[in-house]
Amino acid sequence: MNKSNANKTKSGGAGELIVEISNLNKWFGSFHVLKDINLVVGKGERIVICGPSGSGKSTLIRCINKLEEYQEGLIKVDNIPVDDNVKNIAAIRSGKVGMVFQHFNLFPHLKVLDNLTIAQKLVLHRDQNEAKEVAMNYLTRVRIADQANKFPGQLSGGQQQRVAIARSLCMNPQVMLFDEPTSALDPEMISEVLDVMVELAEGGMTMVCVTHEMGFARKVADCICFMDKGQIVEKNTAKKFFEEAQNERTRLFLSQIISH
Amino acid sequence: MVERNYQAENSAFKELPDRQSPIKETSIGYWMRANLFSSFTSLLLTLISLFIIAVVIWGLLDWTVLKATWTGTTQDACDREGACWIFIGEKFLNFIYGYYPQLLYWRINLVVILFTLLIIPVTLKRIALRKRLLYGSLLVFVYPVIGAALILGVPSITCNVSDPHPLCYVPTTKWGGLMMTLILSYVGIVVSIPIGILLALGRMSNMPVIKMLSIIFIEICRGVPLITILFMASVVLPIFLPPGVEFNKLVRALIGIIFFQSAYYAEVVRGGLQAIPKGQHEAADAAGLNYTQKTYYITLPQALKIVIPSIVGTSISLAKDTSLVVIIGLFDVLAIVTTSAADSNWLGFDSEGYVFVAFIFWVFCYSMSRYSYYLERKYGIQKH
Repeated sequence: MNKSNANKTKSGGAGELIVEISNLNKWFGSFHVLKDINLVVGKGERIVICGPSGSGKSTLIRCINKLEEYQEGLIKVDNIPVDDNVKNIAAIRSGKVGMVFQHFNLFPHLKVLDNLTIAQKLVLHRDQNEAKEVAMNYLTRVRIADQANKFPGQLSGGQQQRVAIARSLCMNPQVMLFDEPTSALDPEMISEVLDVMVELAEGGMTMVCVTHEMGFARKVADCICFMDKGQIVEKNTAKKFFEEAQNERTRLFLSQIISH
Repeated sequence: MVERNYQAENSAFKELPDRQSPIKETSIGYWMRANLFSSFTSLLLTLISLFIIAVVIWGLLDWTVLKATWTGTTQDACDREGACWIFIGEKFLNFIYGYYPQLLYWRINLVVILFTLLIIPVTLKRIALRKRLLYGSLLVFVYPVIGAALILGVPSITCNVSDPHPLCYVPTTKWGGLMMTLILSYVGIVVSIPIGILLALGRMSNMPVIKMLSIIFIEICRGVPLITILFMASVVLPIFLPPGVEFNKLVRALIGIIFFQSAYYAEVVRGGLQAIPKGQHEAADAAGLNYTQKTYYITLPQALKIVIPSIVGTSISLAKDTSLVVIIGLFDVLAIVTTSAADSNWLGFDSEGYVFVAFIFWVFCYSMSRYSYYLERKYGIQKH
């Protein structure tokens, strides 16, 4: 926590928490997917969640903006409880939490620019000019402004994912959730997406990333969580995580993904 | 391990330019060899098919054109060797306008012209989408009302035969012919599509009551033949109405058609909605869109695009099924033609009449199908 504390003071509010997850439990039917999860994310903090498939890491971050329901415990985003209250959920989704998906999920019937402006207009009630200006600004940042008038289907996977990142940023989120953003990409396109994410991290964005990109984790993560069978097995700083992991299962996982 | 020396091969590498394929797949000779004469069986089938086509076409041509009678005014001019098109010519206006007063045909023509003026901007690509949607909604919501008012006239003014008032009242019992067919099809399609969409959304809703009601409505209307629904609308519906309230026969038929057709559209649209990946819902949810916004801007447009061919197919079926209204005493184009063939001056010209009706239906249905094909191709490029 020491390194992230330093970051928090750097980016303003001392110890200001964006996401608080306490005693979270979730079941899919009778299957207990998340067990007693406790995790806090401070402003400006970057958290990477890794673990074998089926460990519940995607489910965990999908609970934060309530794409998944949970049965026990409490998640708070910027002090708003993520519960059954529709107004709370609307508040959390419109401008507090942005999300980037494994399969991009761009709207295929809308041009790139419209993909970026539609939620700004409908949810944040910006007018067309303002929304367009914001959109072009973020498209430039992810180096894809020249594709603004194409349809998503005409873009490569890496380009689509960068559009998806820009789309989320347009809503001025306080925290960005990344759900395996590079897992569906061809190998030669992974780095263009990771570069954008690194820049985002360097700009002070609060991020929670589910990813297997250990190079990225080492470079930007304040904290790495290793999950297995629905539990957070180990939380550690990036350096300690790779060099002196405390848990046997963490070491096994690392040896499996780094060996080749 | 085998160790080969690849050095010579590697150093000889040079980039190759694109060449054309030695087989010209576009040439007629190649196409015929590949598709018509590729084997003995294929050759045989080709020859047999050509023979059948020749016989059929010759027979048709002989009857409809070569031996047909084109000029004259009575049936005596026809020699019965070929088709007697005088019958169609003499009764043509009757087939189109039914028993509508001849001096008021312009009102119907005006309704057709109005339709043309509204449909052109909807289909033109270079007009802004917003405007096209505006004209589209005019066509759906405003045009049917104006059209009905124009054809019907002012109820308080009765028509006299020789010199009718331009806005006099023509009751629906005088309507008929192609005009009736088109009214039934147009209203049936245009009113049922929005209802069908709502029913589809209802059936996929999380709210149990709405879901149940939608399922019951859809399954009942789909499980019953149109002819039965028409009978029910005509005979059973009045029983439930308070005495004295009388529903127009045409309106009853329309209600029956709309019930039937909206249930079919609902299932078609539901198929499209189910084909939309879960990720689209999640992306819209995550961006803060509410249910209405998500449906209107994200899922429904994509779903409708997928189901264009099925919607048009269902519409074509409806256009043809409108002929069934004859059983409740409405005269669509087919009924008028059948009646005309029973005219004592024109006895025995059913064949010409049926060929004519078939041709009319074919023209309308085939244009719908071509338009759907055009839409499919237009939207095809935007797929993943």
